[in-house]
Amino acid sequence: MDQRTVNGQRPKVTIRNLSHSFESPNGSLLVLDNINLTLADNEFVSIVGTSGCGKSTLLNLVAGLIEPVAGEILLDSKPIDGPGRDRGVVFQSYTLFPWLTVWKNIDFALRKTRLSRAEKDELIRHYISTVGLEGFEDAYPNQLSGGMRQRVAIARALVYKPEVLLMDEPFGALDAQTRGMMQELLLHVWETHRTTVLFITHDVDEALFMSDRVVVMSARPGRIKLEVPVELPHPRSYEVVTSPQFVELKLRVLEAIREEALKTMTAAG
Amino acid sequence: METTTGRSEPLPVVSPAPRRRRWRLFALREDIPGRIYFALGASFILLILLIWTVVTHAELIDPLFLPSPAAIIAEGIAQAQSGMLWADAGASIYRIVVGWLIATLFAVPIGILMGNFKFFEAVFEPFIDLVRYMPVVALIPLTILWAGTDDSQKFLILFIGTFFQEVLLVMDNVKSVPKDLIKVGYTLGMGRFEVLRDIVLPASLPGLWDTFRITLGWTWTYLVVAELVAARSGLGRRIMEAQRYLATERIIFGILFIGLLGLLTDYFFKVVGARLFRWIKER
Ligand SMILES: Nc1ncnc2c1ncn2[C@@H]1O[C@H](COP(=O)(O)OP(=O)(O)O)[C@@H](O)[C@H]1O
Ligand SMILES: [Mg+2]
Repeated sequence: MDQRTVNGQRPKVTIRNLSHSFESPNGSLLVLDNINLTLADNEFVSIVGTSGCGKSTLLNLVAGLIEPVAGEILLDSKPIDGPGRDRGVVFQSYTLFPWLTVWKNIDFALRKTRLSRAEKDELIRHYISTVGLEGFEDAYPNQLSGGMRQRVAIARALVYKPEVLLMDEPFGALDAQTRGMMQELLLHVWETHRTTVLFITHDVDEALFMSDRVVVMSARPGRIKLEVPVELPHPRSYEVVTSPQFVELKLRVLEAIREEALKTMTAAG
Repeated sequence: METTTGRSEPLPVVSPAPRRRRWRLFALREDIPGRIYFALGASFILLILLIWTVVTHAELIDPLFLPSPAAIIAEGIAQAQSGMLWADAGASIYRIVVGWLIATLFAVPIGILMGNFKFFEAVFEPFIDLVRYMPVVALIPLTILWAGTDDSQKFLILFIGTFFQEVLLVMDNVKSVPKDLIKVGYTLGMGRFEVLRDIVLPASLPGLWDTFRITLGWTWTYLVVAELVAARSGLGRRIMEAQRYLATERIIFGILFIGLLGLLTDYFFKVVGARLFRWIKER
């Protein structure tokens, strides 16, 4: 159990006895098996696990894009029912609207708000500068690099101030250098605009570098195998990955993942 | 280059001689220079024209079978001067535009429904696939029975020739919108109709435009079929009529003119599309 909830704080997100399976021609495929997890308010939690273990499924469930077969997900102790503006999502694939400029892509997320034009413009300007894209307001997504596109996607998910930010391997398609820069940028954004984050990745360094807590999932069917609190001080900078504390945590997480990866390999024959 | 040691006299700057880039014309899937690309296409057409001219002028072929290019051009000028060409073109373009518009008016909404809802795909697709393979020419008697012999019969033929192909292309255009874009819409709190109108539709517009370009080309190819019976004017009509008098130069001119109009329509859609959908262009 997470210590924050023990400390009397109400959890922001509660995932309780959550199971999910997909129907396939060869019968039903159990993907998530009895997941229990809580996220405290403003906590940054990463989920790592081998590919195919059900990470995206879990995120889609929390986003409300699919309905669980069993169990429930609470947001501020209210059960979620379908997708909603209290949760912002950033996907791994590039999901900017290609026919809209950077500015209009972010503006698109504000159409359901009752803000005035001036208030919207102010917000958009703020988030464009937060992700460092001043000067690209009128560029179309196809003119941007992958890293820039994901920065716009992050701005679009933050601009309407959802309670929870859900990110499914948002940097998975980027090259190693860009990815490192994006991790620092996201961490900085989170340190300055605290919000609850559920971040999915298969990169252990990425998870430990940004998170308050790292959750390791087992191979399919996904279960929670290990939870490690990351008590590294903020603000963190990239050198932290060489600290003994980081290295020790990394070893623990890697061992857990390795065990699962071996299981899938032997299962596959 | 600057040197800080030794004499102050500047060293001779030897810039590497610019190496001429060698283009390999037959490298697998590699680009070739644009000018060469264009020249190749133009030369092939010129070659055909040249062979045509030589063969006809040397009287190797009876002009009844293949008149000379000059005879074709003369035929075109005569038709243009008498006004027949413009009357025919006007009648045909009117039929094409109306026939294609009716087909498109049905194909777009039905295709969008089929692309988004498996329900409608299940309802319509088997029927469409069935009709799609029926020869349009064979439907002429039925269309006369149903629509008479005026322009509405021509519209019907052009509609049948176009709609059943177009609706499937529209369905594919809509289906090719990435699912994740739709998911983003839902997470922003949009309803199904809003997602359809404000995400799926704009995202599929460039594809739809391309479908319009392609299907209008197909409508052109059905023109002769549409004007096969009971037409007093029209480019297709003129070709069929010329057949009776063995006026080969009129037949060939008609075919080439239809081809030219088709090419122009295609070009128009390409140019307008490139302006409308500038956001498609990569860096
Ligand atoms: N819509 C679906 N229908 C059927 N099976 C699915 C579907 N989505 C995911 N799966 C299966 O569920 C498993 C977990 O997928 P996913 O959650 O995407 O894993 P991860 O994100 O951890 O790589 C995979 O075996 C995948 O093939
Ligand atoms: Mg995934």
